[in-house]
Amino acid sequence: MASLQEYLFISGLLFAIGLAGVLIRRNIIVIFMCLELMLSAANLTLVAFSRFNTGENGLPDYNGQVLVFFIITVAAAEVAVGLAIIVALYRARQTVDVKELTSMRG
Amino acid sequence: MPVFFYAFAAVSVIGAIALVCFRNPVSSAISMVGSFVGLAALFIGLNAYFVGIIQILVYAGAIMVLFLFIIMLLDLKAPSAFKRSSPLILVGGLIIPFSFVIQLSTVLSEVRGGDPKALPLQDAAESFYDHERDPDNQSEIYNSLQKKSLPDVNLIGLTLFGHKGDNASIRTPGYNFPLQIIGVLLLVATVGVVALSLKRKQSKSGGPES
Repeated sequence: MASLQEYLFISGLLFAIGLAGVLIRRNIIVIFMCLELMLSAANLTLVAFSRFNTGENGLPDYNGQVLVFFIITVAAAEVAVGLAIIVALYRARQTVDVKELTSMRG
Repeated sequence: MPVFFYAFAAVSVIGAIALVCFRNPVSSAISMVGSFVGLAALFIGLNAYFVGIIQILVYAGAIMVLFLFIIMLLDLKAPSAFKRSSPLILVGGLIIPFSFVIQLSTVLSEVRGGDPKALPLQDAAESFYDHERDPDNQSEIYNSLQKKSLPDVNLIGLTLFGHKGDNASIRTPGYNFPLQIIGVLLLVATVGVVALSLKRKQSKSGGPES
């Protein structure tokens, strides 16, 4: 089993790759997938801290895993709503390129 | 040398890089499945079996099918003339995450501790021993821990739903109120998705035009 620092580094690396995807990519669906990747990277941090922060009886701290459970639920709801918004946007504008969706630019 | 950790970490990182780099959104979605399966394996390596299975079921199963369905519904192809992002965005989008990784590795190299220890399963069983019940009729958690297997799902359920017994060491208030809030959130999301994807007739509805 690897140390806590290695798990946190992998989690941060996945988060950084997701952030790079959000900043670089222009397809709004791929941007959305990168957001999901960032959420999952945060989950890895929580599970790693839960495993290494053992309680008095030596078992992992399960409050962290309950929080991961909540995050996954919220992420599922978020994906459903976000994809519905993307479909509505595509119906209205016939594009998924964020460079062409500038009507809210100030 | 934790071979499995490095193998699955490599799978998830390569999947993530492929997600960002592929031009075709379908390829991106498939590589995202690979990344999430690697991540689920890392969860299982951290003794979080329930979270790992949920990760595969929800992310690699449900969410990914939804993404593929939407990509195919909108009939998105890899654009023939792939328009690159402007160089400024490309440089900024690489420098910010790269500096984040450098900061992270600097901080983590300073941190002490965090070395792995095996879970003391049989010792932990004592804190779940209920003196008011027969020795043959103990809880599932106690029996599993005695058999040196981690009752992951039961422990998450204990934390999530709470326990109001006399045994002070396992008494927890639980997360009943957040659980109900999540239920309301899912209901609102379902209603919102249906409302968003309705096609409006022009003048009859009176709502804002889409």
